[in-house]
Amino acid sequence: MPIESVNDFVVRFANVNGSGSASANELFARAVLRMGVPAAPRNIFPSNIQGLPTWYEVRVSGSGHLGARGGVDLMVAMNPQTWDKDVASIEPGGYLFYDSTKPLPPSKFRGDITAIGVPLTAICNREYTDPRQRQLFKNIIYLGALSALLDMDAAEIEKLIGEQFKAKEKLIAPNIHALHLGRDYALQNLKCPIGLRLQRSAAVGDRIFIEGNSATALGAVYGGATVCAWYPITPSSSLAEAFSRHCARFRVDPETKKNRFAIVQAEDEIAAIGMVVGAGWNGARAFTATSGPGISLMQEFLGLAYFAEIPSVIIDVQRGGPSTGMPTRTQQSDILLCAYASHGDTKHVLLFPEDPAEAFEFAAQAFDLADRLQTPVFVLIDLDIGMNRHLCRPLTWDDARRYDRGKVMTAAELEAGKDFGRYLDVEGDGIPYRTYPGTHPSRGSYFTRGTSRDRYARYTEEGGPYVDNMDRLLRKFETAKSLVPRPVRRNAEKPTRYGVIYFGSTSPAMDEAHEMLADSDIALDLLRVRAFPFHHDIADFVAGHDQVFVVEQNRDAQLRALLINEAGLDPARLVPILHYDGTPITARFIVRAIGEHLDSRKVTPLRKVVS
Amino acid sequence: MTYIVKPKFHHPELPTNSLGYTHRDYEGSISTLCAGCGHDSISAAIIQACFELNIEPHRVAKLSGIGCSSKTPTYFLGNSHGFNSVHGRMPSVLTGANLANRDLIYLGVSGDGDSASIGLGQFAHLIRRGVNMTYIVENNGVYGLTKGQFSATADRGSKSKRGAINTDSPIDLVAMALQLGATFVGRSFSGDKKQLVPLIKAALEHEGAAFLDVISPCVAFNNHPGSTKSFDYVREHNEAVNRLDFISGRAPIAVDYEPGTVEIVEQHDGSKLALRKLDADYDVHDRRAAMNFLMERQVAGEIVTGLLYLDTDGEELHAHLGTVEAPLNALGERELCPGSAALDKFNAGLR
Repeated sequence: MPIESVNDFVVRFANVNGSGSASANELFARAVLRMGVPAAPRNIFPSNIQGLPTWYEVRVSGSGHLGARGGVDLMVAMNPQTWDKDVASIEPGGYLFYDSTKPLPPSKFRGDITAIGVPLTAICNREYTDPRQRQLFKNIIYLGALSALLDMDAAEIEKLIGEQFKAKEKLIAPNIHALHLGRDYALQNLKCPIGLRLQRSAAVGDRIFIEGNSATALGAVYGGATVCAWYPITPSSSLAEAFSRHCARFRVDPETKKNRFAIVQAEDEIAAIGMVVGAGWNGARAFTATSGPGISLMQEFLGLAYFAEIPSVIIDVQRGGPSTGMPTRTQQSDILLCAYASHGDTKHVLLFPEDPAEAFEFAAQAFDLADRLQTPVFVLIDLDIGMNRHLCRPLTWDDARRYDRGKVMTAAELEAGKDFGRYLDVEGDGIPYRTYPGTHPSRGSYFTRGTSRDRYARYTEEGGPYVDNMDRLLRKFETAKSLVPRPVRRNAEKPTRYGVIYFGSTSPAMDEAHEMLADSDIALDLLRVRAFPFHHDIADFVAGHDQVFVVEQNRDAQLRALLINEAGLDPARLVPILHYDGTPITARFIVRAIGEHLDSRKVTPLRKVVS
Repeated sequence: MTYIVKPKFHHPELPTNSLGYTHRDYEGSISTLCAGCGHDSISAAIIQACFELNIEPHRVAKLSGIGCSSKTPTYFLGNSHGFNSVHGRMPSVLTGANLANRDLIYLGVSGDGDSASIGLGQFAHLIRRGVNMTYIVENNGVYGLTKGQFSATADRGSKSKRGAINTDSPIDLVAMALQLGATFVGRSFSGDKKQLVPLIKAALEHEGAAFLDVISPCVAFNNHPGSTKSFDYVREHNEAVNRLDFISGRAPIAVDYEPGTVEIVEQHDGSKLALRKLDADYDVHDRRAAMNFLMERQVAGEIVTGLLYLDTDGEELHAHLGTVEAPLNALGERELCPGSAALDKFNAGLR
């Protein structure tokens, strides 16, 4: 039976990269949103510029589930290279949309799906002579055909085309023409709509549609970052580029046209973090954006910034590791690398935003934390958050908010004779005072170094002062616990012995899994960890449950290891749920994994409920 | 000596500069380097240059990497902030510091191990970017702190203290700086203070990347016969192309020169350099000729010193980036945060 579903299905576009399909596919996703129906698109792309397979998946979810779902209901098969795999991946009863210009043998199809052929190439060849036009408009033509097949409001797509080409008005009419070529063909020759349909809704509300990298970069603008040093690496390059764009818009002095920012594309990640450390030492808010391999290269400087206590912000858009790993796939596998970056005893502050809106907030907050704690602060997002557009709540900013520049001793305080010891713990919170270079002619200067030193920054290799300093750094890390974002707890509707700990981009899948499990009478309390060092709420949460599933997107249960090591939790209570194939984690995966675990403990037979 | 704290008292009639500072106000703590180390002479030259330039010590930021040379910022300008960073990475740290506050004077001190080996990439890219700074390499051709291994600037055929012969080609940082677009390039010798002090003064006043390669013999590990970086060898092979007199912007030119022997060059800040030519054929404004000249003389076994290249029209990094005049570290919410109204507009564009 063909699948029948309104506002709840997955469409996957199989394309060749470099063919101009991306903007047509995004128009599709935007049109769904304009009809008031939540949607979550995801790019699945190769580390390549032209000619390799790329996919764009849109999950349409009237009930607002924005995690990856898994499975495909409608495949738009535009890439002959991947045809067989694409056709095989369609759910039973699903639909296959394809270019029927050249007849294909029946062996290329499946009996349990509905094939919908549109002679796209023939239409293009009839309409256009220029090869590039044939290529580009083919994408818009299939979009037109889909609009009819899925009962979409064509006026919304036309409006979007108008907005997209506002600056190049002469492109509007030809695009709308191409849209109708496809739409009219479908209306005249095919049964429209198919079983999958869109129906206008009001479930989108005031939410915005934004890439995590762009939102994070804007957070850096709002957080007062003035220096950005970076080295291109997937999937973080678009973050630094977005920062450039946002700065050009928001940070140019209106009178002098001069820039209130400095962006340097460094020669490598080592130089990038070096510049951040230099700028942070000199009192500017500075950050770098990178991915796992970049963090590996930055280790030495991260140890220096920890030990010499220099504010710095590092945004890690995680990808699949180790080594070059899967550069265009997503993972949460840099947790331990960042938490303990560099040799010797170190610990670093980590923030784990769940989506672009929170990434905006945490990026801005990271600069306050770095200045307050005088240490590196990592914002850990991943490719799924960073390089996909997400439907999320609007970004907000409180105009009364002031930057916390931390403990900086001023020229006036020095002049008044206040005792300055760069590594002197005056207030007992482990955080010393610093001075910006050039503050006072004769007081407050000090020598910054990576070697051990006493409270007044004088070089020493004596054990006593060294231990004194290392212990103060621990005290400072303890102070950080009360400053970083607290975990967010959500209880099941009834008391339960089971809990779940999760973080970052796992959120939407976990939310959905939570509902699915509740529907089959599995109650789970949820705790979303948002930062390291860990707040004591986390230990309390674990203590209050017999079993806590720790859901993460890496092989080695890195957050679980950190919880055991740093929060002193009992490993026996922490059950790892691990997804690490490079695709975003799905609710189906979580439900199956938790279900299997509970099955194995003979708690309740779940398999038939979730399958 | 090194365990002694430097006494603060000084002779009551010690001369002062126009800021009222004495020489002592530009000193640091007592050097812990070996007695006779060339690096200490360079520190003394830096002290003298800053004193004579009437620089406020606290307006200098001194940065270094790792190694004997990188320890020296402790021994001068005690009222300046210093940063002894990580090996070979002083250039990136200094670049970041400079971006944060363009108003300070940046002095980077490095060695041949620090800049020509582990830090060769950062050295090159800093010069390329035209960071406004003075970059001094205290070049002794040897790893001193780790007791005598060859560095990348050691000449082929040079003999180590243990008798090993260096078989690798040397890296000439002056040639690299010229090729990479430094707007001020000089070479000097730690044993020639008369040449070195004016060069440092001119470099400090230069707007852009000023590079100084200062041959600075290592008395402990590279001062023996067979070494091409020993005091004796450098003295014998030193060929200065010019003598520099530094004239500050405000002072009128009062020096009497033989006509035709001296060229007066004005820098961005109005300071003037009186260049007394020692080699009639040498033109400090011709980058290509300078590169040719250096190559020829190197083959002849000479160590060419003096001001080797000067471009007073060059731009520095802040000009490339178009940054505001105010130091970036002095900007606050008002200048940096676009506020909620702008954010609402931004949101509206994403629906």
